[in-house]
Amino acid sequence: MSEGVGVDLQDVWIKFGEFVAVRQANVNIKGGEFFSFLGPSGCGKTTILRAVSGFLEPSDGKILIGGNDMAGFGPNERPTALIFQNLALFPLMKVWENIAFSLEVKGASASERRKRADELLDMIALTGQGDKLPSELSGGQRQRVAIARALCAEPDVLLLDEPLSALDLKLRQHMRTELREIQKRVGITFIYITHDQGEALTMSDSVAVMKAGIIDQIADGKSIYDDPATAFVASFVGENNVFRGTVKKVTKDMAVISTNRTGDLRARIPASAQTKLSLGDQAMLFIRPEALDVTESKNKSDTRIKAKVHHSEFEGQGYNVFLEGSEGKEIKMSLTNRGETRMYDSGMELTLHYDANQAVALPAGELASE
Amino acid sequence: MKTDSLLIRIGLAFYLLLFFTYLLGPLVLMSITAFNSPSFPQATPWEVLTFEWFRVLYNDARIINGIKNSFIVGFFTVILSVIMGLAGALMLTQIWPKMRATFYTIIIAPILIPGVVLGISTLVFWDRINVMLGLSNDSFLHNGILLTVLGQSTFIASYCMLVFVARLQRYDTGLTEAALDLGATHTQAFRKIQLPFLAPAIGSAAVLAFLASFENYNTTTFTFGKYPTLTIELAQKVRYGINPSISSLAFIIVVLTVFFALAHEVRNRRAQLAIANGAPVGAVSAGFKLPKVFAGNPAAIILALFVTVSISLIAFAQFYDPEPAKAVLLKKKRAEQQKRIDALQKRLKEKRLQKIFKGPDIFGDGSSKVPQPPSKTPFGNVFDPGNLNKVAPGKEKPAAKPASPFGNVFDPGNLNKVAPEEKGKTTKP
Repeated sequence: MSEGVGVDLQDVWIKFGEFVAVRQANVNIKGGEFFSFLGPSGCGKTTILRAVSGFLEPSDGKILIGGNDMAGFGPNERPTALIFQNLALFPLMKVWENIAFSLEVKGASASERRKRADELLDMIALTGQGDKLPSELSGGQRQRVAIARALCAEPDVLLLDEPLSALDLKLRQHMRTELREIQKRVGITFIYITHDQGEALTMSDSVAVMKAGIIDQIADGKSIYDDPATAFVASFVGENNVFRGTVKKVTKDMAVISTNRTGDLRARIPASAQTKLSLGDQAMLFIRPEALDVTESKNKSDTRIKAKVHHSEFEGQGYNVFLEGSEGKEIKMSLTNRGETRMYDSGMELTLHYDANQAVALPAGELASE
Repeated sequence: MKTDSLLIRIGLAFYLLLFFTYLLGPLVLMSITAFNSPSFPQATPWEVLTFEWFRVLYNDARIINGIKNSFIVGFFTVILSVIMGLAGALMLTQIWPKMRATFYTIIIAPILIPGVVLGISTLVFWDRINVMLGLSNDSFLHNGILLTVLGQSTFIASYCMLVFVARLQRYDTGLTEAALDLGATHTQAFRKIQLPFLAPAIGSAAVLAFLASFENYNTTTFTFGKYPTLTIELAQKVRYGINPSISSLAFIIVVLTVFFALAHEVRNRRAQLAIANGAPVGAVSAGFKLPKVFAGNPAAIILALFVTVSISLIAFAQFYDPEPAKAVLLKKKRAEQQKRIDALQKRLKEKRLQKIFKGPDIFGDGSSKVPQPPSKTPFGNVFDPGNLNKVAPGKEKPAAKPASPFGNVFDPGNLNKVAPEEKGKTTKP
């Protein structure tokens, strides 16, 4: 597999009048990587994509593709191909004409174009469908045609703008694996935009989590999930129980937070936030629902929370138990279904345990809105 | 309830009838006059079916020249207006949003300005330009065709722009972006993506522009110079009185319009049917398949009927000769006139005799001994009081044609044939 072409954003600012869409973005995307921008809608991730593909120029900073500054190069001069959110297939052209459009504008002959289009149709498992119009294909097929059309241009970087958002759940899950496979096969850099954390975590080598124009964290999926850098990342990626409070004790990588309603709780400080917490600071403590358990583990750092069952939901592979801690603090616990007959009835008093290494203490900050 | 709905239905039917009579009645009546033989356009009395007026039309050099000029002007107006309209519409979609309303107002203004004003201003403006450039009086800037095209295009381009704006509102600019992203230049993106999308609008705009140009009078009347268009020729003709060749021209235009409207409808319905039946869209745009076309497509059936009737009409006109029928009619008319003349002369003779025996009697019927039954023709010589006495029943009654209740009193043919002295005698005893 070739090395691939990397993309670098250096201090990129993008402003629309007074509105700052992207604030000092520094991203280093390695060649051949599957890189995702994850964030709620309106956070500026599409703006970054459009800046990379050349539809708008950054107000400040540089965008490098393969080490070359792209300033002044239009979208048709950049080695990128963009897959649009609505796909933007040409409705009046047949499927194969769509796919081979990039060759057509280069002046390739019809037979040459047809040949290449058929190869790509084979690759996306749409053999023999080249003479249809895009409107005659299903959503998933159209999706694949859009990918084939972009790949036909042989870009160094493929940019995808929430391409799966219009598909239904089953198809989306199928397309996720398919996209990942295509990316591995062609070996080019993929930059993927999504607001769906599942997509970002399953497919990406690296994820950048964005909030209102600011990139909060860039890391691989597991680090994002286990070691969130900010309160926003912790609350946006996956579910978390949030306990607000102040720092009571702090060591290098451990802190005791005096929470408002649940008493003192211990948690680990992730590497990226280790210098940011000091005594008396406002802090937030995050415990994943699946980190909570009712059976005590042998671990020394185990910590307890007393709570009363409000109600529980059986979900097949596990239970979601909704509890009420002291002063009405809502807590969610997820338990794996191991075949036990035990049920969690309303009003049941429980003592929850968690491993302090699995809980995270972070400086207080803005949370992702539900 | 039931009577209510029945009443409403009857009312509605009546209204529709009235509406369509108002809308189509003049056209139908005019079409009929094109086939009637009298030299003034008239539908009644029906005399003889004739295609002569088509020949008259064909031999009318001025009309033919007018049509030719109209087509030349129409052709160039379409080209100029579509291009300008498209440019204006594209500009409107790309201009800063703040400017859009102002730009729209400016570009739509020519539609609101009276055509007369546009005509005069075109004439004056290009004349000034001509003077400024120091060209002679017969330069190309004084060419009637050029001026007419320029004058008409000023407002027809606005119509075209409205058509394009409507279509462009449905255009996804993402398509152009996608094309650019795939390496197309701006020109390629426009030509390969946006222009094909606009193709139907270009077609409608062209048709609209051509029709607007073809029927235009008030702008053209100032600019036509040495090249009068059809509307100008027609207007000039009316001043000297018209004949049914105008009707035949109108009839041809109506026929062509109906034909193209139906053909268009057939195509639309066909596509709709095909799509409704789940046929691939690609197949719909394929060639013309005759047998299946008629299935559930009333427009197609009407079109087929229409074409059949038109073709048979033309074929019929090839060997149909109205002359024998005309000769018969003429003979009949002559015979009638002869009868009338005879009757009058007879009456006159009797009157003279009466005058001799009774002295002057102005009221011929005042002294009649036996009242005669009145003539059965209601208007034939009804104003002649002498007739009532003198016309012998059965013998003298003019053989009135059932189709003409007015006894050909208004028939221009009669005017020629009746000698003036006889006329005088009929009115003055």
